[in-house]
Amino acid sequence: MIRTLLSRDLPRSRPLSAMLLVVLLGLMLAPFLVSGARSLNVAATICVFVVLVASYDLLLGYTGIVSFAHTMFYGIGAYGVGLALHGMGPSWWAVFVGTAGALSLSLVLALVIGLFSLRVRAIFYAMITLAVASAFSVVASQMSDFTGGEDGRTFKVPEILQPSFRLFDAEILGRVVDGKLITYYLVFFSALALFLFMLRIVNSPFGRVLQAIRENDFRAEALGYRTVIYRTLANCLGALIATLAGVLMALWLRYVGPKTMLSFEVMTDILLIVVIGGMGTIYGAVIGSALFILAQNYLQVLMAQASAAMSGIPFLANLFHPDRWLLWLGVLFVLSVYFFPTGIVGRLRIKALLRGRP
Amino acid sequence: MTTEHPVLSTHGVSIRFGGHIAVNNVSCEFRPGTLTAIVGPNGAGKTTYFNLMSGQLSPTAGTVRLYGEDVTHLGAPQRTKRGIGRAFQLTNLFPNLTVLENVRLTVQSRAGLGLNMISMWGSHVELIEKAEHFLHVTALSERRHELAAALSHGDKRKLEIAILLALEPDIFMFDEPTAGMSVDEVPVVLDLIHHIKALGDKTILLVEHKMDVVRSLADRIIVLHNGYLVADGDPAEVMASPIVQEAYLGTGMADHV
Ligand SMILES: Nc1ncnc2c1ncn2[C@@H]1O[C@H](COP(=O)(O)OP(=O)(O)OP(=O)(O)O)[C@@H](O)[C@H]1O
Ligand SMILES: [Mg+2]
Repeated sequence: MIRTLLSRDLPRSRPLSAMLLVVLLGLMLAPFLVSGARSLNVAATICVFVVLVASYDLLLGYTGIVSFAHTMFYGIGAYGVGLALHGMGPSWWAVFVGTAGALSLSLVLALVIGLFSLRVRAIFYAMITLAVASAFSVVASQMSDFTGGEDGRTFKVPEILQPSFRLFDAEILGRVVDGKLITYYLVFFSALALFLFMLRIVNSPFGRVLQAIRENDFRAEALGYRTVIYRTLANCLGALIATLAGVLMALWLRYVGPKTMLSFEVMTDILLIVVIGGMGTIYGAVIGSALFILAQNYLQVLMAQASAAMSGIPFLANLFHPDRWLLWLGVLFVLSVYFFPTGIVGRLRIKALLRGRP
Repeated sequence: MTTEHPVLSTHGVSIRFGGHIAVNNVSCEFRPGTLTAIVGPNGAGKTTYFNLMSGQLSPTAGTVRLYGEDVTHLGAPQRTKRGIGRAFQLTNLFPNLTVLENVRLTVQSRAGLGLNMISMWGSHVELIEKAEHFLHVTALSERRHELAAALSHGDKRKLEIAILLALEPDIFMFDEPTAGMSVDEVPVVLDLIHHIKALGDKTILLVEHKMDVVRSLADRIIVLHNGYLVADGDPAEVMASPIVQEAYLGTGMADHV
């Protein structure tokens, strides 16, 4: 049963299985383990990023496509549902219309970018996606009457997802069952389903062709695979899943804005996570997102404590000053790439292989 | 059997790389049941001629026909689907996939299952069995779970041939299949080619420098020199012809003849 759910692509390393289990249980029970809006927000962000990063891994790690347009598709999903809810009022119909519209737009854009440019060399493709994504984010900010410009838009979600909604009066395990909790589980289970879906794709005959294209596209062609078609399909799949990740994020935040959904920072976060977690593994997205989002949110807190503890030694206290958290995140990144060039998942799997216990 | 229609033919194909014409106005027909050896000194254009026929390159002039159909503007995948199978001179594998996966991808392409996203890769037992068969005939079964990158040179060459066999083509194109192999590995490959020939209906094209191999296998020899087709015919005749002697003598290859 579990083997089928995981498409027979098991973690293949005991520490990795343990880490995945911790993340899974942590996210599943998050509303009952932690209190406070911030912690739950971190958990929901991890869920969304697992999907977003895994869909990027489909392109970069499996197919060898370097794209900088992934945030654009994420943004399309978020804006699609956000603007629909803003304009049509908080109904499920609006959620549906927004999602369907966003998916269609993403599909068309991914197809057009793909068919026009996946034939060219990888570096040109990367440049084209960068240009399209930048243009898109400029347009989104400029059309401020429609998109809310730099400020973005806040909107109401359907009633059952609103924080003030109560499913019933009693509490479960000391927690009221409110709209926020329901939204969290909507995000969690959607993310889980999308993740398992991607795991299946990469372990299907199609997924193996993607790997073959990454390895040697010239040979894949000689075997009879039309690589343009496969690349374009991978591109569309990645784009559609990123769009759905955007939908989930917008429903969770009840807000869309260019900084959170379209900025290049999101793209760099995705790139960092996929490299830290391990490219071409899908599982890397889980470990990478959990570590990265946790660090992003709690490194500052940790450093403030460290800095206070070392207040006697000015140099160290200064070094650990919370304002330096980005520096330390950078250091952590460089170290992790240095010590785990194949990412955390790649590293753990190699260890398991060397011990002869797959 | 040579009276049958040609399955593959080129009509005045040329290709120019900058100022250099690597294949120059070559017309030739290949018929089923025949093994044609393509010989010529290094840089004569043999591999380039192969690339023009199997679709890796498009000619700057001339046409390529496959079963009478003009395929000049079709790419390699479409020509592979129509029955051309190619083994490359420079080993050309999927290095970070296993030996079995390399061959399975080939079997899968032929089965037309590449676009299946829903089923599991491991659940297609019939494809695995078929792939295992081709590993068996190329003596690679023991290596099935090794990464292609980790194979010895000889085993990589064998895997290259296993992939060609797994394509189950009608037209087999071997580009120096035994180059760089150890002495005891060569017979495995030659036996395989003999076996394909014995099937009787396959069209085999073989680029080969070793003249004893050519002599033992070829029904016909064509000679390329500086991109030109300079001789075409019966093996004994072609090898004796002065133009061939000269082509090889001129490049220090005479001892191979
Ligand atoms: N892509 C290319 N661009 C430029 N020149 C090329 C290209 N491919 C081949 N050539 C040139 O075309 C000529 C023929 O090369 P080709 O590889 O076809 O020779 P060959 O007969 O297969 O030689 P060998 O016996 O060494 O394999 C050579 O001079 C080579 O340098
Ligand atoms: Mg050659």
